[in-house]
Amino acid sequence: MELVKKIGFVLLGLFIILNWGLIMSGIIRKIIARLGMRRGIKVFQPYINLIKNYSIRSQISHGVMFYLGPVFRLSGGIGIFLFMPLIHGSELWSNFSFTGDLILIAYFAFFGMLGMALGAGEGGHPYSAIGISRGLAQFTAIELPLTLAIISIAIQYNTLSISEIVAAQQGGIQNWTLVTNPFATVAAMISFLGAMGHSPFSVVMAPQEIPIGPPTEYHGTFLGILQTNRAILHVIEAVLYMNLFFGGATNWGILILKSFLVYFWSVFVGMVFPRFRVDQSIPWLLKLPVLIGIIAIALLII
Amino acid sequence: MSLSNKNEQEKNIRVTEDKFLAPENRKHTVIGPGGEEIFVDPLNDYFCTEKPKVEKPYKGILEKFYNWARAESLWVLGYGTGCGSIELPPLFSPRFDAYRFGVAMRPTPRQSGVFIISGYLAVKTLKRVIRSYEQMQNPKYVIALGSCTINGGMYWDSYNTINRLDHYIPVDVYIAGCMPRPEAILSGFNRLKEKIKEGRAEGANEYIEKLEWYKANQKKIIKDWNMPDYNW
Amino acid sequence: MSELLKQLKDQYKIFDITEVKSFQTFFSVDTAKLLPLVTSLKENSGYTVLVFITAVDWLEEDKFQLTYIVNNPEEKVDLGIRVFFKRDEPTMESIHHLWVHAATFQREIKEMYGIDFPGSPRVDEPFLLEGWDDIPPMRRDFDTKKYSEETFFPREGRESNDPATFMKLKLYPDE
Repeated sequence: MELVKKIGFVLLGLFIILNWGLIMSGIIRKIIARLGMRRGIKVFQPYINLIKNYSIRSQISHGVMFYLGPVFRLSGGIGIFLFMPLIHGSELWSNFSFTGDLILIAYFAFFGMLGMALGAGEGGHPYSAIGISRGLAQFTAIELPLTLAIISIAIQYNTLSISEIVAAQQGGIQNWTLVTNPFATVAAMISFLGAMGHSPFSVVMAPQEIPIGPPTEYHGTFLGILQTNRAILHVIEAVLYMNLFFGGATNWGILILKSFLVYFWSVFVGMVFPRFRVDQSIPWLLKLPVLIGIIAIALLII
Repeated sequence: MSLSNKNEQEKNIRVTEDKFLAPENRKHTVIGPGGEEIFVDPLNDYFCTEKPKVEKPYKGILEKFYNWARAESLWVLGYGTGCGSIELPPLFSPRFDAYRFGVAMRPTPRQSGVFIISGYLAVKTLKRVIRSYEQMQNPKYVIALGSCTINGGMYWDSYNTINRLDHYIPVDVYIAGCMPRPEAILSGFNRLKEKIKEGRAEGANEYIEKLEWYKANQKKIIKDWNMPDYNW
Repeated sequence: MSELLKQLKDQYKIFDITEVKSFQTFFSVDTAKLLPLVTSLKENSGYTVLVFITAVDWLEEDKFQLTYIVNNPEEKVDLGIRVFFKRDEPTMESIHHLWVHAATFQREIKEMYGIDFPGSPRVDEPFLLEGWDDIPPMRRDFDTKKYSEETFFPREGRESNDPATFMKLKLYPDE
């Protein structure tokens, strides 16, 4: 009975996160449009696109892995969600979080990308292998500062449980990791720019890229699954950063506000800075952010 | 497989003149890993030879709902064929802003639903247009921009420019003019939306039903037909 | 400029010299002397840029004309060199070894006029007309209107007017 209740709340949470992700992407697109002096899309346009993609009548398949690529990607997004405590202090909104969930979430963040690589590799697009290898190379470089930051805060709080990290940050802004461990926060927030796929690290997903990177061959329902995953993944990654560095949330209102602000950080940088090429972004990520991450660890050890 | 069946199959294999084919698409033999020789006919072996099927619309309120979603989310294939393609970029500028009508550009035919034939079509371009059109997924819509697609326009007596687009692919909306301004294109998008919402924009199915007629017309002018009959 | 022309007249027997503008002069030369002339212009006289090659079909006089425009970027002057040859022997020496981009012009001229340039790279590959099986379309004995009507399904009801008479009727209907 307890388990059924738990599963019910997990599904409800997933539903809320999915809808908030779709609305948030609409709001962000609207803000970007207003910055460019345009009226922009309707706020509910992401929903319409999703319905349209699920209503395409004919689909072309290139084999089993082509089918499984989007499924892997979606399971990567849902996997992060399943082990993420959403609301601090609430047993029901903690999903399936346990003592080692931070490691599992870091793994799931990469899992979707690998599934995508398998699927896109089987598509008929001759350049998907180049696109996916560039995407994976950049994603690996993006993960490195985040990993260093995670090691740093694991040393700081002496735990790998997100719930305990959130609990340690309660009681005001002076207890947030942002204040107590600023170097780890800076390294992780730079990594966040890459994970969200806005410029300056958007070249692997950019429409101009050969021609749109790995999802070139995906259409209809496949693309619908990828869009669903993107809506979930963007919110849940913002929630992860919120939990680790910005004190977590004690109710849904705070969660929505904080995840929006954390996500908006990547949009803000993306609107200001132009794109890196892959051969520029990887060296850049491996220099300054990694250095900041190492300093964050070194300060704690000393 | 019986012998007669096999003969019949060989008859159905497309006859394509070798001289037009790219070297990698000609019939040739490949040496396998065990040293055995494998005969390859790329057009039949590497490409899908299955004929396309008519995809029946759903019935009742579900199809109406889907048609509403399709009409409000038009993804345009970013492929400009003639001089009209210069009228498309301003559509997405702050002045005209087609995004507010749910129109967006997609760079790949697989994901896009609207094909804008922007201006005159040379025979060489028509071949690429057919390939792109056939790779788009059902339902798909075609907007023909400018007089050249209607009756040839100022190129009506040219040796290399087609006169009537609707003989080669089904057209949903014509926008007349030489060239139409972006406002006219926005108005054309709204006409297309009305047509989709009424459920009359079934060009993709029409193309498959009359495939033989369209193919005959296409092959009449594309004399170096060096691709599969239907480019999935 | 005039010194150069005098020298060319002595050396290559150029004829039919027309000075169109102060910076642009056209002249004709025998087919056989074109290659040495162009080579010497490029190597010795500073005409290092080939602007374009074009062809003219003189159907009534039964000959083709090729025009080579070369440019001297130092003095900012152009020279137009014309050569003529019979329509039934449409062959010309290739100059792709002097300018690489000449090969593209020659490929297009081969396709549009049927003038052959033996040895020019990819000269037989289609440039714009893929799978063309008629006579080259820019020759004047090719009836493009008839070809279009036979091939491209003309739409019935299309009217076309002579612009001069149409505008006269529209603007001054009384006259």
